[in-house]
Amino acid sequence: MLKLNKISFTTGGSRKILDSISLKVRSGEFLVITGPNGSGKSTLAQIIIGIKNPTSGQIIYNKTDITNLSITERAKMGIAFSFQQPVKFKGVKVYDLLNVASGAMMEKAEAGKYLEKVGLNPEQYLLREVNDKLSGGELKRIEIATVLARDAKVLIFDEPEAGIDLWSFENLTKVFKKLKAEKKTIIVISHQERILKIADKIVILENGKIEAEGAPEKILSQITGANYGIN
Amino acid sequence: MELTDEERQIFCEVADTFEVPEGAYNFRVNGKSVGRKSTKNINVVPKEGGRGLDIYIKKGTKNETVHIPVAISVTGLKETVYNDFHIEEDVEATIIAGCGIYNCGPTDSVHDGVHRFYVGKNSKIKYIEKHYGFGQGRGGKILNPTTEVYLEQGATAELEMEQIKGVDSTIRKTSATVEDNAKIFVRERLMTHGRQTAESIYDIELNGKDSVADITSRSVAQDLSKQTFKATIIGNNKCRGHSACDAILMDQAEVHAIPALDAKTKDAELIHEAAIGKIAGDQLTKLMTLGLTKSQAESKIINGFLA
Ligand SMILES: Nc1ncnc2c1ncn2[C@@H]1O[C@H](COP(=O)(O)OP(=O)(O)O)[C@@H](O)[C@H]1O
Ligand SMILES: [Mg+2]
Repeated sequence: MLKLNKISFTTGGSRKILDSISLKVRSGEFLVITGPNGSGKSTLAQIIIGIKNPTSGQIIYNKTDITNLSITERAKMGIAFSFQQPVKFKGVKVYDLLNVASGAMMEKAEAGKYLEKVGLNPEQYLLREVNDKLSGGELKRIEIATVLARDAKVLIFDEPEAGIDLWSFENLTKVFKKLKAEKKTIIVISHQERILKIADKIVILENGKIEAEGAPEKILSQITGANYGIN
Repeated sequence: MELTDEERQIFCEVADTFEVPEGAYNFRVNGKSVGRKSTKNINVVPKEGGRGLDIYIKKGTKNETVHIPVAISVTGLKETVYNDFHIEEDVEATIIAGCGIYNCGPTDSVHDGVHRFYVGKNSKIKYIEKHYGFGQGRGGKILNPTTEVYLEQGATAELEMEQIKGVDSTIRKTSATVEDNAKIFVRERLMTHGRQTAESIYDIELNGKDSVADITSRSVAQDLSKQTFKATIIGNNKCRGHSACDAILMDQAEVHAIPALDAKTKDAELIHEAAIGKIAGDQLTKLMTLGLTKSQAESKIINGFLA
């Protein structure tokens, strides 16, 4: 479904953030990428979605080389991305964003369902502006809802747990379990044990390199030995 | 009312209707009244020589509306119009003004509208003003609104002022004197493009104890257009004043924001905020990851911002 072929990313200051990452994600696979802060996880996700361009390497999606395609083109091909830092707007409402995400004007009731999935009451939130009057956790849930509202084939979530308290995150894991049951192809960047446990495959990224890769049974025991900030 | 297509379009844009509205009204087209009605509580009286209107709203009037839209559909017309609102005590009323110019000729058309509101004790008014221009002629579409608001004790004025399209040049002057417990809220939305210029000047005097002023201006400046925002709030008493100017810059446009706060007593609480900048890159990126092109994302952001 998605193949990364020797992806490297070097900053202007010639610091190597990603060093020849090769990775295959099968259709319907649930992949979790973990690893210490600064290891290059977000950079890798941004390269897949087209926010950053790799210094070298290719991204192959459904047999097509998408390395030079724009963000919009990749989005239209069915790749969705939930930002680590949700973006705030002035005047744009939650309802507007959900409509953009779904590609059509939805009935309020229909749009509201996506908010319910992330534990937000549609009556309270649908017509709110996506601005800094919302808390970090609220923004994060809305961010996740906009990705759910897309009819995407590959869904990438960058630290969905960030800013959300553990108790609520417990509920949010249902969303991921459901996506998995629907056979969506999913990449989640996470430090959360609950997410790591539902993975088909875990990749540990460290210093821009893949440190380890494999089934959770194998990788989880490895992680608990080292300190990757798993809670 | 007999109207041309362009005049209808103007009234639709600025007053949401080209049909006779409910309540009191005066429709002005090319310097002449084409329809006027007073009601039991609202008396619409023309000034001599088409120079404007005196509008009297009786004490205790509730939930009534006055429409006074203006259309100019000929090239080269220049007019100054004075509309004075005499609002007694305990009134609740909505006033829908606004002006549109259609100019397809070679000469400038200009409407200078002076609106004065004398708002009696404990009265609440809402004033909605939309400005709009269109037509491909070389002649400019120029609108210079002056709005003066005099708020007596406990009175409230809510001003919604919008200029979204097609006005080539505008100087907008809004002033208010605010007495004890009176409040003024202003919500301004401006968009300029091409070589348009817009200047928006506020002078608010908070004279009364516990008087309040809140001005929020949002604007988008595109192409080679230029905008100036000048807000002065004077606090002469225990009061609260807030002005915010939020502008999105595009292309080669320029925005100047000149805030002034003048506190004459330590009990005056005055705040000014100004934020000018281009469309945030992460906002564009987010919308593109949802499938919009860059230009679709830009208009989504601007439409939301000016909503
Ligand atoms: N455009 C950039 N310029 C310079 N440094 C960058 C840039 N983007 C990311 N980095 C750096 O790359 C490293 C990896 O960042 P990131 O991918 O966000 O890590 P993670 O998501 O794993 O915490 C960090 O040290 C970060 O500061
Ligand atoms: Mg990150």
